[in-house]
Parts: sequence; C-alpha cells; structure tokens
Amino acid sequence: MTRQNPPKLFVPPSAQVTLAASRRSFLRSAAIGGALLGSSSLLAACGGDSGGGGGSTKTVKFGVNEAKGSGPAYQRMKGFADAYQKKSGVTVSANYVDHNTFQESINTYLQGQPDDVFAWFAGYRMQQFAEDGLLSDLSDLWPIDGMSDAFKEASTSSDGKQYLVPYDYYPWALFYSKSVWDQNGWTPPTTYDDMITLAEDMKGKGLAPFAFGDKDGWPAMGTFDILNMRINGFDFHMSLLGGDEAWDSNEVKKVFETWANLLPYHQEDPLGRTWQETATSLAKGEAGMMMFGTFIGDAIPDAVDDLDFFVYPQIDPSIPADSLDAPIDGFALASGGKNQDAGKAFLKWLGTAEAEDAANAAADAPMIGANSNASQDSYSALQLKSADVVSSATHIAQFLDRDTDTDFASTVMIPSIQTFLKNPSDIDGLTKSIQEQKVSIFGS
Amino acid sequence: MTATESHATTSGRGSSAAPKPRRRRRLSITDRIVVGLMVAVPALLVLWLVWLPAMGSVALSFGTWNGIGSVDQIKWVGFQNYHDIATIYPPFWPAMRHNLIWLVFLFVFPTMLGILLAVVLDGNMRFGRFYQTAFYLPVVLSLALIGFIWQLFYSRDQGLLNDVFHTQVDWYGDPKINLWAVLVATAWRHTGYVMLLYLAGLKSVDNSLREAAAVDGANQVQTFFRVVFPVMRPINVIVLVIVVIESLRAFDLVWVINKGRNGLEIIAALVSQNVVGEATRYGFGSALAVIMMVISSVFIAIYLRIVFKEEQR
Repeated sequence: MTRQNPPKLFVPPSAQVTLAASRRSFLRSAAIGGALLGSSSLLAACGGDSGGGGGSTKTVKFGVNEAKGSGPAYQRMKGFADAYQKKSGVTVSANYVDHNTFQESINTYLQGQPDDVFAWFAGYRMQQFAEDGLLSDLSDLWPIDGMSDAFKEASTSSDGKQYLVPYDYYPWALFYSKSVWDQNGWTPPTTYDDMITLAEDMKGKGLAPFAFGDKDGWPAMGTFDILNMRINGFDFHMSLLGGDEAWDSNEVKKVFETWANLLPYHQEDPLGRTWQETATSLAKGEAGMMMFGTFIGDAIPDAVDDLDFFVYPQIDPSIPADSLDAPIDGFALASGGKNQDAGKAFLKWLGTAEAEDAANAAADAPMIGANSNASQDSYSALQLKSADVVSSATHIAQFLDRDTDTDFASTVMIPSIQTFLKNPSDIDGLTKSIQEQKVSIFGS
Repeated sequence: MTATESHATTSGRGSSAAPKPRRRRRLSITDRIVVGLMVAVPALLVLWLVWLPAMGSVALSFGTWNGIGSVDQIKWVGFQNYHDIATIYPPFWPAMRHNLIWLVFLFVFPTMLGILLAVVLDGNMRFGRFYQTAFYLPVVLSLALIGFIWQLFYSRDQGLLNDVFHTQVDWYGDPKINLWAVLVATAWRHTGYVMLLYLAGLKSVDNSLREAAAVDGANQVQTFFRVVFPVMRPINVIVLVIVVIESLRAFDLVWVINKGRNGLEIIAALVSQNVVGEATRYGFGSALAVIMMVISSVFIAIYLRIVFKEEQR
C-alpha cells in the first residue's frame, strides 16, 4: 500500500491511478473467487515457471512481488535471481506476481504451497505471520554485516527472533523544489516555529505551504505518523499502533489538535486529489513542500533532479527529531516452503552487499540498498541523502499500514483520517469512534 | 421416443373401457438417467457455487477469523459483528442511505430517460442506428475506461469541467457532491442499457395494436401509455428488477474512484473493504454481506412472486 508502481503508459498521472485501481480490483475479485473455491495455490498458478523438483537441493523457489516487465523493481529482482544462480549453481525458480495481487493474496499464498523465499516487508504484518508460524526463524543469519541495529529491530518479531532479511527502504520526509526555494531564499526549518514562519511566508507569496492529497487514503498516514513520533515519541507511536494504547487518550488528541492547527497551511480539498496530482502541484511550484516517500519521483520524473528533502522538524523540545518512517522491504523464508536449507542459503547471500550490487547493476534505476556496504556509485543525489538520513536515524518506523493490524489500518484509520480532514473540529468524537473500533478489532 | 410406446401398451389393461386412458407416458431408463443428470448436475453446481458459499457467509458472520489457520481458529461471537456494524461502524448507515439514493436516482432519471430514448429511436428516424450505438456504447466499455474517462472530467486540478467553467469544485473529494458526480457517471452507462431493453420490447409489440389504437383516435402519447406500455409488462418487470439489483450491487465505479470511502460508502464496497485484498475481517465482512443478501432476497422474492403469478394465469 505504501508503494505503488504506476504503469508506464502515456496517460495523465490522474488517470494512471484509476487504471491501476481497476486492474487491481479485477485481480482482487479474481482472488476472492479463487479463495471461495478453496484454491489455495492462486499465486503459484499466476507465475509461469513453477517447474522443477520441489525437494531438490539444486532448486530454490523465489516468490517475487513484482510482475514481469514492471520496470526497475522487476529488473532488480531478476538481478538477484540471476546472480545467485550464476554464483552458486543452484537453480532459482522465480515466480513473478503483480505487486498488489501478491500483497492481497498473501494469506492464501503462505498457507498453500508457498515458494521457499519470498519478498515481503518489515513491520506488524511480518510479526503476525511469524506468530502464526508461517515464517521460518532466520536469527542465525543475524547480525548481518553492513546492517544497523535499526534494521535488526525492524526484522525482529515479538519473540525476539529475526524473520526478515532487508534489501531496500525509502524514507518519508518533506520534499521541496530546490529552484523555488532558492528563488525565495527559503531554507529547511528545524523547529516547529520556524516551520510555521516559513509556511506563513509561502502563504503570503500565494503558495500552499504543504501539497496535500489523500484520495488514495494512505498518503495522509505519513503526516499522522510523523506528528505522533514528534509529539509523543517513537515508543508511544509503536505501542499505539501495536494496539497497546487507547486511541481516545490525550496523547492522540494532541496529535490531531496539532494537525488541525497545521491544516490551514495544507492544500485545500485533499480528498479529491491523488498523490500523483499532489506531486505535480509541487513540481509546478503551486505548493511549497510535501510530506512523502522517496518514490515521489515516479509521478514527476522530469522534476526529480530539482527535488530535495529534509526530515520533519522537531515539535516537542524534549523529543529529538531522530525517528522517521522508512518502510523496509525484505525477504523471508516461508515455513511452508519445501526447501528450507536451500532457502536459507539463498537468504544469507541476499543480505550481502554483493547481492544488492548485483541487483542494482541489472536495473535501469537503483534501489537504496539496506546493506550499508552496498556500492552507492549509481545512486541519485536523493538516494545518497536518503541513505545518509536513515543511517543517522535512531528509530525507523514502517508506516502506519505496515506497523499496525492491516484490518485496522484499512477499514478504520483510512476512513477516520479522511473524516478528520473533512471535519477537523470534532476530535473527541473522532478519537472515541477510533477507540471503539480498535477494541472491536484488537479485542481489547 | 419409440420406446415409450411399448410401455404404454403394456400398462393398458383393456383398451376399450376408459375413454380417458391413464396413459401416463413413462420414460425409459436411459431417458431417466439423462433427465436425472440434467437436473442433478446444475443443481449440484448451484448448490456448490451459490448456496454453499452463501451459507458459509452466514456462518462466518457469527465469528471472527483472520483467514490464518484452519476453520477451528474461528472464534464464535454470536451477533457481535451485527451489533458492531449497527453501532460503532461509521460507514454503515451512510452506506444504507447511499444505496437507497442510488436506487431512487437510477429509477427516476436513467430509467425514464432510457424509455424516452427507446420510444424516440423506435420511430424510423434518420441515423437511428447511429444514435442507438452511441447511447449503448457506454454499456460495453470496460470499467477501466469509464473510470478513466470520468476522471478526465472530474479531476479537481486537471479536469475538464473545472477547466471549462473556471471553477474549483472538488467533484470526487467533496462528500456532498461526489455521490451525485458518480451517479451521473452511472446514469451515463445505465441509460443505454435500459434503452436497449425497451427497444427490444417495443420491436416485439404487435403493430396491429398501434393501428387499432390509431383507428380508435388515440394520439401518440395515449397509444404509448394506454396500449404499448401495458403490453410490455414483462419488460417493465425485468427493468425494475435490473434497477434494483444494479443499485444494490453498485460497486465498480465507486471502487475505482476511491474504494467506497469519503461520501461514496455503499454496502458492496464495505463488504469488499473488509474481506477482499489485504484486510481479513472475514466475520465482519460476512455480516455485511449477509445484510446485503437479506435486502436483495426481499426484492428477489417479490420478483419471483410476480413471475409465478404471471405463469399461473
């Protein structure tokens, strides 16, 4: 949900999301049809090449959440597979599935006949699978040379063991257009007050200080996350999303109150604007800055060289601005996979800088390698800065929809945040409603 | 059918006695097997593909289950899901209201417009075929394309409507407007559908009825309302049912636009939000689906009653 690959067609950004959405909804209905018929191996059926003896030590099955030909992300995955096959002599039988389809069918996939190694991401959902016994313990692969403790923390489940080998990440920060800021002599603010002063100045010059769109439902979560981390701290944020805090508490109300104060500086009518349209308004100089992930460039490829970013400024003076959202993607070992040993050997290699270099070498555009020893030669300026920001962060959160129960994120938080954006004054009613639904989902 | 003859003669006990012989034509073994299979196979399919999942949904609606592990992981919670839906689930009541608005709107505007277009196009008009095709085209367009077309009109910052009228209306984002914006898009598609059904109906109306009405001195309007419309009763019933079903299962456009949130809540979208895709509130979603099923059943029952009554006549 936090990253979507727009199709490479010549259509306006506003339409791309519609096309993607309808393709998804079709696949989704296909998925539920399959589920109803009791077909447990839907994903296995999607990929072309599922041949080869399952139990052979010479073959490892690799489930990839990128469809064939879907751009650099696919090329990197193929790069991983090809390089390992060449190096080790083990046949990597890869199963390429569309990103969203993969994500949405994951339950049936893992309980059916999953591939040995599959692409997933860090966070609550990974932990849930680990708790349900669907993932194999990878703690003997850790520590991984070149990966910081923040990455280890993100790969760890509630039992203290690791279940993930990260391969890339993309931080969320405030993006801006360098040329626009240079013209006006603006510099990144480091405190809340500085940010308000800057926003006032932007408003005076006819710009919307914050480009803002939430038609897709998830982009505004980024703002909630960072405000909560800055106001209540990382630990409270994680425990709130983990279901251990009350949503109608004063802490949460304060987050929404701060946000309500900031809303006049946000672009109007966010609920009708897709994230691609939001990014376009930033590129056109209609807005001053935008809270988003580094994949913002996908929507405005021509303006990407003019973009720069800074981490969200400090709000509470007692809480350092050292935590941020930086969703981490990684590989896990399915406990239902037939070839555990070969899978683990493959994973051990996948965590190395060598593997990430091979993946980046095979693609038109590089990812930011999770392994800090990976070569940064091919990185863009934005990626170099991202790597720098994330490696200096003390805590990394995974984004709201990855850090909490999926049902809660999609059926409660998306509508609730949208309700808040429509009517920012009724914070008591809003938080009460979230809390009631949270209890219904988490059971406490 | 020669085999049935021999059965008939053997069963006859003294052919002269009864003027109305009990000659019930019995089927041969082969025929019985064939008929049996023809009934049993579809029945089993319906049972397996329709009734089993439907009953499964009803059962699931009384539990909570996230789809992981076998069915014994289901925690049975009684009517908790239904209670939660009615009390603490904010999108539910708006969704009921929106479905109702949808029904009334579809019935009042596109259906009437469709009938009107059909009547107009039924006359021998120049380029009639062309207009027919033009109005019917939206029905055959794929959903992706329809979503794409309307996004081009409605986009707040880049859309045609705001560009032409120099307005800043947030067509899809403002919950007071977006339902109506979507209803217009739906009407665009629905009108052609109704038009085609009525055109087919009108073609089947015996022309002598119209001539007779004309001889009796009825004008065009009178002919339509007093003669043609009542004759088309079967089509009317079908159209009525289609409108009801379409408005209940209204889903696709809304899902394409914003997945049924923010002013576009409708029951079918809520069901999908909860069970399809990443979310796995199977119990809760099933309860919503059951509510939807109950409402549709009422209309289906009414429809079947009308159909059976018709057959009995």
